[in-house]
Amino acid sequence: MELYYKNIYEIHNMLRRKELSCEELTCTILNRINNIDEKLGAYLTIVKESLSEAKAVDRKIGNGDYIEPLEGIPYSLKDNISTRKIKTTCGSKMLENYISPYDATVVERLKKNILVGKTNLDEFGMGSSTENSAYKITKNPWDLTKVPGGSSGGSAAAVASGLCFFSLGSDTGGSIRQPAAFCGVVGLKPTYGLVSRFGLVAYGSSLDTIGPITRNVYDCALVLNHISGYDTKDSTSVNRGKKDYTKGLKNGVCGLKIGIPKEYFHDGIDNRIKEKIIEVVKELEKKGAIIIDVNLPHTKYGFFTYYNIATAECSLNLSRFDGIRYGYCKNEYDNLNELYSHNRTLGFGKQVKKNIILGTNSLIKTNYEKYYEKGAKVRTLIIKDFKEVFKKVDLLITPTTPTLPFGIGEKIKDPIKMYKSDILTINANISGIPALSIPCGFIENMPVGVQIMGGYFNEEEVLTCAYEVERMRGEITWNTSL
Amino acid sequence: MEYITVVGLEIHAELKTKSKIFCSCSTGFGEEENSQCCPICLGLPGTLPSLNKKVIEYAIRAGIGLNCEIARKSFMDRKNYFYPDLNKAYQISQYDKPLCENGHIQINDKRIGIKRIHIEEDAGKTIYTNEARLLNYNRSGVPLIEIVTEPDLSSSIETSECLEELKEILIYLDICDCKMEEGSLRCDVNINIESKDKTIRSNIVEIKNLNSFKAVKKAIEYEESRHRFLLRENKNTIRETRRWDENKKITVAMRKKEEAQDYRYFPEPDLLKIFVEESFIEEIRKGLPELPNEKRNRFILQYELPEYHINIMTKSKEMSNYFEEVVRTVKNPKMVSNFIISVLYKRLKDDRMDIEDLKYKIDDFVKLLELVVNGYISNNMAKKLYNIMHETGENPEIIMKEKGIIQLSNEKDIVKIVKEVLEENLKSIKDYKNGKKKVIGFLVGAVMKKTKGSANPQTVNEIILDILRKK
Ligand SMILES: [Zn+2]
Repeated sequence: MELYYKNIYEIHNMLRRKELSCEELTCTILNRINNIDEKLGAYLTIVKESLSEAKAVDRKIGNGDYIEPLEGIPYSLKDNISTRKIKTTCGSKMLENYISPYDATVVERLKKNILVGKTNLDEFGMGSSTENSAYKITKNPWDLTKVPGGSSGGSAAAVASGLCFFSLGSDTGGSIRQPAAFCGVVGLKPTYGLVSRFGLVAYGSSLDTIGPITRNVYDCALVLNHISGYDTKDSTSVNRGKKDYTKGLKNGVCGLKIGIPKEYFHDGIDNRIKEKIIEVVKELEKKGAIIIDVNLPHTKYGFFTYYNIATAECSLNLSRFDGIRYGYCKNEYDNLNELYSHNRTLGFGKQVKKNIILGTNSLIKTNYEKYYEKGAKVRTLIIKDFKEVFKKVDLLITPTTPTLPFGIGEKIKDPIKMYKSDILTINANISGIPALSIPCGFIENMPVGVQIMGGYFNEEEVLTCAYEVERMRGEITWNTSL
Repeated sequence: MEYITVVGLEIHAELKTKSKIFCSCSTGFGEEENSQCCPICLGLPGTLPSLNKKVIEYAIRAGIGLNCEIARKSFMDRKNYFYPDLNKAYQISQYDKPLCENGHIQINDKRIGIKRIHIEEDAGKTIYTNEARLLNYNRSGVPLIEIVTEPDLSSSIETSECLEELKEILIYLDICDCKMEEGSLRCDVNINIESKDKTIRSNIVEIKNLNSFKAVKKAIEYEESRHRFLLRENKNTIRETRRWDENKKITVAMRKKEEAQDYRYFPEPDLLKIFVEESFIEEIRKGLPELPNEKRNRFILQYELPEYHINIMTKSKEMSNYFEEVVRTVKNPKMVSNFIISVLYKRLKDDRMDIEDLKYKIDDFVKLLELVVNGYISNNMAKKLYNIMHETGENPEIIMKEKGIIQLSNEKDIVKIVKEVLEENLKSIKDYKNGKKKVIGFLVGAVMKKTKGSANPQTVNEIILDILRKK
């Protein structure tokens, strides 16, 4: 197998045994980016300094020092995660030349890794296809005419095409899992509060999470080990002590109670996808899992709730981009209000403006009760649904997406259809539970993702189940024809 | 028609915490522009606030000091508006669930209701020049409490008293240094007037950002007469926000209330709900210093001073501490407070000084009073000595030596002078023998005059009586 498709564990051993230098490794990745990213459009920024960082790791190995399992592994970051000295554009003109003066907590926690680049995204994380970036459209590595999903489409595409060994994305309503499903990789949205959000440019603060995108479950657990944990700079992060998520992977699903929520198999979902998921469920049953049909009665209100909360929070989070402190600034104005409105009109893309307007509208005094407050109330009901169901089962299994990856430009004119690509993923954000998407097969040569959800902070069992799915499914033959 | 003035206050007090409300930047005043900022207090993309626990503690102190109920559960809200010095375009404040509610402040015999006290962050500062607007973010994220009173105040004098009392409480609580000139205490005034039967009233006007007690008083008086005038003309005030023009001594309209913004308040998702444990409140309550009112009551019982004395001795924390320190040695509270009021306090007022600015040591002041109490010097001489001490900062004994002031406590010397005086006033002796006891006063005065006040009047009195009786 090509070096760039190897898993982290193998690479780690090669580095340790000096069969490969970190410099060679990094060069391989940079070369591959150089060769194919023009076609793919996964990256917005390439970090050239990564080579000198790689040399530092080699020196360490040369000295015979211990290196951690993840150390020296080249990775990429969604471009809404702040990095010192490297641009953080959020896929927006508003932050075209913005260089954050500080590193996000997750970046600090991956200090020993080699950051090779920052990946494309839907502007400020708003979108489900990575077509809403101000800079470029990212393509699906399995079929360049299709979208990679969004908004972490750049990250998912980069991982799926061997342009890094892992990536960090952000997930507000499915932005890690949906592109992971479309690109055939593993994407985890951790429990809200498990991974510090400090440094993630906020979209919907109460929904946003940072999580790993990898090519296999073991890598995912490994990355989670590094990025999770309490952070004093994020008061919503939770202090639970460190855990090794790779430990329980091989525990198997025997005796695990897996719920199949009826509401996630409705008419709007591609039948072929439904069948694939049922196949997975049946196989898990063969491995000893106990399958239980369950109900999450408020699922259908997730869409309304999600868009009220996410857009309301976004309208406030993005109000700081006024063209005065940073970002896009057109110096033509007669008064202050004109300055703001010029900059915001020209600096933001369509999708972002739409969300800001929706959010502002639901927060104005006369609408507050009708929209935002009602959304918050329904949120409580959805949370209750999950709490109830996780008294009965350990995990839930559903499809990740209602459709296969769609064509570029296909849904951009139909916002409702576009929004609905997140329909199966948003409730995990509304409630804050962990959810993971893992590829479970192919239809028409395009990958299909299965979503595994767990109770609060039950990433361990989610990963164990995913590991089992991965074993059943077998190795993926990555697309090397790019 | 007779009108009653109705005033309510909104007071912003800057808390004395060392660091800002959501980050560890310093809150020091007067530092170089934009030198006390970090990504968090600048609200840079991706940053998150973490609430400084001291802020909660200080706000609860204020709540207890102002007799409020302390909420066990509260949270922060975002208040949204665009302004160049508001870097996130929202201010993190409290709207729905303030930390403290339903308190009161006692002034004289009246209770002024405190509607709420909530915590919030300060914004940056815009500096206007001819060419540009400059922004200084050092203040951004400085913790504030906003104290909102009920409209229970009915005159400019009462408002002043209320503010004085409030200031004193905050200083006693040690949570705000109340320096209005540095902006650590700011005041908005809501005012209108209404007829006694409440049938006629003017619309409420808000006067923003008053930065001295004097301005508050003057602005209220100005508004009172403006409202009266308009009502008399069968007109009314407009619901609006005004500002005080310090140069012209008038209020000027800023914006109409109808145009007031919809702040789109919203619970802050980046901060957890605030849960206050009963034990935390108790701990704060126990650690609270004596407050002005408590101190006043204690002074009345402990020192048995007249009301006027009590008021001045407890006017400030510094003054009361000074008094108590002196009384510890000079065990005559009335005499001490008398001397402080008539001599020390008067000089402080005349020289616009604070008690901390006194040049001499408190021990020297004690020494001076002891000289009086022990009969070494007269009150009058003490006053003279005090004034020299006040100016030079010297010790009273040294001054006495330097100025050649010698206390005549040698009885022989006094007897000699008394005899001289009696010889010069033979008529007085006759008068005394005829029962006119009043002449004694005159004779004592004459002796004092002759000794330039250096004799002890008590001793002089005794000696005169002694001699006269023998005659
Ligand atoms: Zn700061």
